[in-house]
Amino acid sequence: MITLGNDVILASDILNVVLLVLMLITALSLIFLRNLFAIIMMSGIFSLTAAVLYVVWDSVDVSFTEASVGAGISTVLMLATLALTAPEEKRIRQRHWASLAVVTVTGALLGYATIDMPRYGDPEAPVNKHVAPRYIYESGKEVGPPNMVTSTLAAYRGYDTLGETTVIFTAAAGVITIIGAARRRRRTSADVSKVREV
Amino acid sequence: MKQRPVLRVSSKFLIAPILLFALYVQFHGDFGPGGGFQAGVIFASAFILYAIIFGVSNARKVMPAWLTRILLSTGVLIYGGTGLACVLMGGAYLDYGVLLHDPVHGQELGIMLIEFGVGTTVSSAMITIFFNFAGQD
Repeated sequence: MITLGNDVILASDILNVVLLVLMLITALSLIFLRNLFAIIMMSGIFSLTAAVLYVVWDSVDVSFTEASVGAGISTVLMLATLALTAPEEKRIRQRHWASLAVVTVTGALLGYATIDMPRYGDPEAPVNKHVAPRYIYESGKEVGPPNMVTSTLAAYRGYDTLGETTVIFTAAAGVITIIGAARRRRRTSADVSKVREV
Repeated sequence: MKQRPVLRVSSKFLIAPILLFALYVQFHGDFGPGGGFQAGVIFASAFILYAIIFGVSNARKVMPAWLTRILLSTGVLIYGGTGLACVLMGGAYLDYGVLLHDPVHGQELGIMLIEFGVGTTVSSAMITIFFNFAGQD
């Protein structure tokens, strides 16, 4: 057992630090990279590291979603989009000092706000006092499934999940209307010009 | 990707297990990690893999545009319809307890139905978005 002063350092603590440092390095490299293919790959790696971090934090359902959506599908979708654009990011010459100031101040405020937050996993934290005990202790009797994440998402928070499903439906419908329609129009006009050539 | 026999053969081996794993995640979500959302994404990834290796036009023969559009809305309708069924059986919207005689069994049936709806919409949404971006639609 490793100790630092009065605190015991667990293996999960070391893992947390290593993974968070890896995420920091990935995020910094994302800022400085110019090649869009490399940027997409790095954001996939960022998501995958986050997924591993969620496993360490015992939230396997979130990790599963992050790995399949963040690291998997969105990387593939970005690559498909890359085929429609240039391979390099456009270089911006002038510096926007006002934007830098806004970002720095917002970041500092967010960092300052974390000081007031309860420690991670604190049983006395408000988030663990409100409805969470009912979900943990009663969901087996009230809803049934042994996985309480499923009972929370599908039964207790059924309205939210319905909303999320509608959002995904709307996203796909939007893609069909915008990209699909534009392509169809281009194809018909190409057909028309072909007919004219003949 | 016509000149890459290794990719073509190995992807053919992978597609069936991916689809099977998606179904496992879909229907095992009550007991382990996973559920309709993750299952839908995994199910779609099998079709996307096929489209990357063999081309979108070939993948569209298996999953035509009209089919993904119908499935896209069917999922949301299954979800909303389950809620309406609960209202018709005398409960509140999405209160699955009234679906069967035993409230807990009703809850499990309701959860299975809405997870199926989520999976259907998510998988067809992902397939639609990829096929639209990758062209040929």
